[in-house]
Amino acid sequence: MRDRSAVLAVPETARPPDPATDEHRGDPSVAVWAALRRRPLRFLVSWWPWRCWAFLLSGTLLGFALLLTLAALLFLGLGLSVLGIGVLLLATAAVIGVPVGAVERRRLRWVDPTPLPDPHGSLSGVSAAAWFRTRLRERATWRELGYAVSLATVVTAVGVGFVALLGLSVLLTVVPVIVWAIAPDTVMLVPGEPISDPVQALPGSVAGLLGLTVCAYAGGLLVGAQVRAAWFLLSARDEDLRSRVIELTRSRARLVDAFEAERRRIERDLHDGAQQQLVALTMTLGLAELELRGHDSPTAELISRARGEARLALDQLRDLVRGIHPQVLTDHGLTAAVAEVALRNPIPVTVDIELPHRLPTAVESMAYFSVTEALTNASKHSGASRISVVGRVDGDRFTLLITDDGRGGADPVAGAGLRGLADRLAIQRGRLIVSSPMGGPTQLRVEVPCSA
Amino acid sequence: MLRVILAEDAVLLRAGLVELLTRSGHEVVTAVGDAEALAHAVDADRPDVVITDVRMPPDFHDEGLKAALALRARHDRLPVLVLSQYVATAYATQLLSGGGDGAGGLGYLLKDRVGEVSEFLDALTRVAAGQTVIDPEVVRVLLQQQSADRPLGRLTPREREVLALMAEGLNNQAIAQRLVITEASVVKHSSNIFMKLDLDPTEGNRRVLAVLAHLREHAGH
Repeated sequence: MRDRSAVLAVPETARPPDPATDEHRGDPSVAVWAALRRRPLRFLVSWWPWRCWAFLLSGTLLGFALLLTLAALLFLGLGLSVLGIGVLLLATAAVIGVPVGAVERRRLRWVDPTPLPDPHGSLSGVSAAAWFRTRLRERATWRELGYAVSLATVVTAVGVGFVALLGLSVLLTVVPVIVWAIAPDTVMLVPGEPISDPVQALPGSVAGLLGLTVCAYAGGLLVGAQVRAAWFLLSARDEDLRSRVIELTRSRARLVDAFEAERRRIERDLHDGAQQQLVALTMTLGLAELELRGHDSPTAELISRARGEARLALDQLRDLVRGIHPQVLTDHGLTAAVAEVALRNPIPVTVDIELPHRLPTAVESMAYFSVTEALTNASKHSGASRISVVGRVDGDRFTLLITDDGRGGADPVAGAGLRGLADRLAIQRGRLIVSSPMGGPTQLRVEVPCSA
Repeated sequence: MLRVILAEDAVLLRAGLVELLTRSGHEVVTAVGDAEALAHAVDADRPDVVITDVRMPPDFHDEGLKAALALRARHDRLPVLVLSQYVATAYATQLLSGGGDGAGGLGYLLKDRVGEVSEFLDALTRVAAGQTVIDPEVVRVLLQQQSADRPLGRLTPREREVLALMAEGLNNQAIAQRLVITEASVVKHSSNIFMKLDLDPTEGNRRVLAVLAHLREHAGH
């Protein structure tokens, strides 16, 4: 007999997910450097030099454009700072790293396969003001600004030098072609000595190829350096992720509340709407029945049948409401509500719930949901003849034990019901432990923190 | 003819109930939509019987039930019939155990019951006459769960039938009529039941309450 125990749901002390940046900072393995180191000769004839050149060239263009933009924003911004618009321009300059970072993270994929996680959190609103407020508060924004400034200055300067060297090398390499095809007697390798024969120009090609080789290796090194810088400045850090975990936790809690409110609303709508209408309908039909009493007409029989059908619809509606959020749970608390659902269960249920006080609404609702889910499961699949529900508050924790004497073998991973239950529990930092060996018994242990 | 004060927040249902009661020859003194108005109406003009919904404005919890209990505390032996959407036995118990010394008629009926017009009117008359009426559905739910349990296992099928009717609030005479047996044999059955369940043979509300309490208590064990 195999014990199929499993803990579903996240334990309370779940760590935030390890940032992908850990591997970057732990053991930096920039793809281009790795390629350089592993097979230096092969590197020359691979796609790497081309990719690096494309990266550096586009980086230089981007950096130059950025330099102009930043300069314009700064000058105009400072000049107009007495007016409101100047401040706005300066603020724009401050957040310019955000779009630059986004572009750079994508551009980086040309030369490195590791995607960089976006360091920014989600926004609190859709307006531009909300965007500015959120972004200006984030450290990542200022790191990205640092990256943007160095892109506009250092990278641009180095890039211009590199592009000049690359251009010269290409030019030298193709000198024989130029001499032969386009302009004999006008090209000079050494000042004052025009070359008329392509063969004479071959030393130029040699020098050019040498230059290209240097450019290939230098390009690889430079790109690697820029990748490292980007990893350092553009990637999400622990602190970004931590604040996002907090933010996610909060939004998840809000979601639970919204979910709960929605269930109550549905219950109330059904109660005030459809249920009342149906009751009124049965009443009218009952009156009609009364009027027709004594008259032996087929109509009386039809009306009686209609009333039966309306009654059935009411019963079904009531069952539905009980599954959502019963009124008795709100009015009389968990013990009464569970006793109620236990009475209704096809398999006998013993209930033993001891509470020193009413539990918080969210916990009550969660516990009730757990019980109905467990009872449904046990009644449907286990073949049990008895089920027991025990509930206790232990310190800050409410624990429910639902045990049946059925055949066991419940698979918490396969069943959508248990899976959903575990997910809902996880939201409230609770957990579900299922023990269901083949042959039974099956025990569900539900733990929810009361201060949730 | 009974003078009735009615509290029901759903307009459609309120109008329907007024029509039903009027057609059946009763007088609806006032029909109100919330618990506070109900209390005012009863204080101003005491009726023969009060009919109230459990759930009413402003909070839509058990305002109607609480108002009924408060009214019974103020007006001695005021008969109250509570209509509920739910088979929740917790409400029925709350009503019965909160009813003071148990004097005065009490009823807990599911709203669906108003569709069975003659049954509903019969229940209303019995409540007005000081008897206790518990919805058969509520009793059925309690008994159904009981069938597997030991204490009730000792009862004969006939005794169980008598118990169900007792829990609904019928007196011995009505039970005899319903089961087409003599009142003497009902008395015999009921004393057997009380002996086997170890209950105190009492009358009226307290008898029903004792039976309900027993059923509830043993439902969970």
